[in-house]
Amino acid sequence: MMTSLKRVFCTLLSVLVGTATSLGNPTEHGSKQLMSITPLDLLIVAFYFVAVLIIGFYLKRYTKTGEEFFMAGRKITAWVAGLSFISANLSSLETMGWSAMAYQYGMLGAHAYLIGAIPAILFLAVVMMPFYYISRTHSVPGYLKLRYGEASRSLAGISFSFMTVLVCGVNMFAMAKVMQLLLGWNFDVCIWVSSATVAVYVALGGLLSAVFNEVLQFFLIWLGTLLVPILGMIEAGGWTKMLASINAQHPGQNFTSLWANLGSAADNPMGMHWTGMVFGLGLAVSFGYWCTDFLQVQRVMAAKSLRTAQNGTVIGSVLKMLVPVIVTIPGLLGLAVLTQKEGITLVPESVAQATGGHSFNEVLPLMMARYLGPGLLGLGVTAMIAGFMSGMAGNVSAFATVWTYDVYRPLIRKDASDSHYVSMGRWSSIGGVFIAILTAYAAKFFSNILVFLQVLVMFFIIPLFGVVILGMLWKRATAAGGFWGFLAGILTSVGEFVYVHVFPGYFDAAHLNPDHVRNIAMTPLAQDMAVNMYSALWSLLVCVGVTVLVSLVTKPKTREELKDLVYGLTKIPDEGPTPWYKHPNFWAGVVFCVLIAVNIIFW
Amino acid sequence: MESPRQIEIWFFIGALLFVYGVLITGAGIYHLVNPPPEQIALRELHSDLWWGVLLLVLGSVYSTRFWPWRRRVPPES
Repeated sequence: MMTSLKRVFCTLLSVLVGTATSLGNPTEHGSKQLMSITPLDLLIVAFYFVAVLIIGFYLKRYTKTGEEFFMAGRKITAWVAGLSFISANLSSLETMGWSAMAYQYGMLGAHAYLIGAIPAILFLAVVMMPFYYISRTHSVPGYLKLRYGEASRSLAGISFSFMTVLVCGVNMFAMAKVMQLLLGWNFDVCIWVSSATVAVYVALGGLLSAVFNEVLQFFLIWLGTLLVPILGMIEAGGWTKMLASINAQHPGQNFTSLWANLGSAADNPMGMHWTGMVFGLGLAVSFGYWCTDFLQVQRVMAAKSLRTAQNGTVIGSVLKMLVPVIVTIPGLLGLAVLTQKEGITLVPESVAQATGGHSFNEVLPLMMARYLGPGLLGLGVTAMIAGFMSGMAGNVSAFATVWTYDVYRPLIRKDASDSHYVSMGRWSSIGGVFIAILTAYAAKFFSNILVFLQVLVMFFIIPLFGVVILGMLWKRATAAGGFWGFLAGILTSVGEFVYVHVFPGYFDAAHLNPDHVRNIAMTPLAQDMAVNMYSALWSLLVCVGVTVLVSLVTKPKTREELKDLVYGLTKIPDEGPTPWYKHPNFWAGVVFCVLIAVNIIFW
Repeated sequence: MESPRQIEIWFFIGALLFVYGVLITGAGIYHLVNPPPEQIALRELHSDLWWGVLLLVLGSVYSTRFWPWRRRVPPES
């Protein structure tokens, strides 16, 4: 009896752990499949899906009112708010994309987690959060309504709704594509299973469900990926030897500095001057994204008090600064280890497709496949799936809120009951997922759409930051100024995108025209990222300029109308005595000092 | 009407990590006897075993600390 039980157990173990498998059709290219996974890995992935569905069904009972469904009852704690705030941004597109950046550009890729995020997050915590929180608005467009009026809110609400579902579709497409390429999984199955899961748990639990899953995803991403830098460092012989290996393999190129190679656009592979990094990424893109993208801001606006919201945001900044450990370091390790040990050199996507080689974007999956055996690989794959799905869920929950409160209620049905709006929120979550599925299939069949959608976010959020910050800090900004400034900023962003892709006689969204790039980014050497940084800067300046000019010739609101909306007319509520070591401003100062230290150390 | 007391997110995280810990530690023990056929770098370090144990410990700590069905002692009047 014992012997046969032992045999059954051993057979089960060997089936679970030992047998590599792949599902569905072969990849479209019919060539490589980066990873082979076992039934154990599949079991780990399946447990994740079961867990998120259980959470969704469980949380439905706590999301009956509009405040509960759209704002998680405004009872989120600081740690949950901070983790969710960062997780909503930590999608697998992000981790894979910035690892690829680190492989391609070296340490420059880490700027997205330093000057490209931290100052803006701290600014949100210390300066902007009181206005968002005290106004008790449900959304960033909702703040525009209070500050500038219905026209600006409608423009922001409609553009944001449009943008979020399309970005959700891009996430969906990317996930299905990545799973198809890495594991050989069927594209359609990936799309429908992931989207159905997201639709169910967001429609049931609203923002609360999205936040729960984002916190869960944060743990999975770290625990599923952290072994790569740990084992990579052991294999490379430590930090110093890794850098020495990179420098030996790439003589004359500086992959290991944050600032030393930004003196001239010709000195670095991004074609970026330091002004683009500081003012384009560090000011326009970063502040636009972190301070006014409602997907991010919604998480901390739902905190249980203003101080909790501020502390949660500061916690988010610390967590953000740690992300290079699992993103930048694997990219650098790829440079050091893959070439040295395996003789693999990664190439741009277009070259990889033509030659059958590996592209930059594959550096993180390649490193995972290198170090993670059965079981651990399942955890890594789950982390990637969780990253994609929480990105979709974040977009869907933000869409449901903005659609219901900033488009449907003011423009379509003004005086319905709270339960009607909750119902609309649930149905719009499902509708948003459905539109995202259509977007994903559009991206599959028309690849140029993808190029457009990747910069779509920048079209809207950077001008949005311009009008929101002027509205918060300048009493003289008027309703007409806000509307026309916002519109001018959007049109400038779109115009710049078209301009750099126009060639004599035709338009090509996949390539840059150097003659036009020179006029936007001040050098024809600028690559996509550098062009985006400068484009963002110009659209922000146009938005601010138009808002100021129009405001100066139009009638401002009275001081009474601006109460609790503008600096100087907003009284911060007294939340009782706080010891200095619990004050958000103190910790914001500490984080800022650490940011400066990190930049000096890796100068 | 007051909503029922909500299970904290940390419990869900703990429970999932515990399950993953059991599965990955089990795989690590199995691989001690039957090394994986794939060419996994540094497999002699048995990262699956100690990472699985880490997950198991983390999952146990979170699940226990935030166990939702713990009987609460009513405050003394």
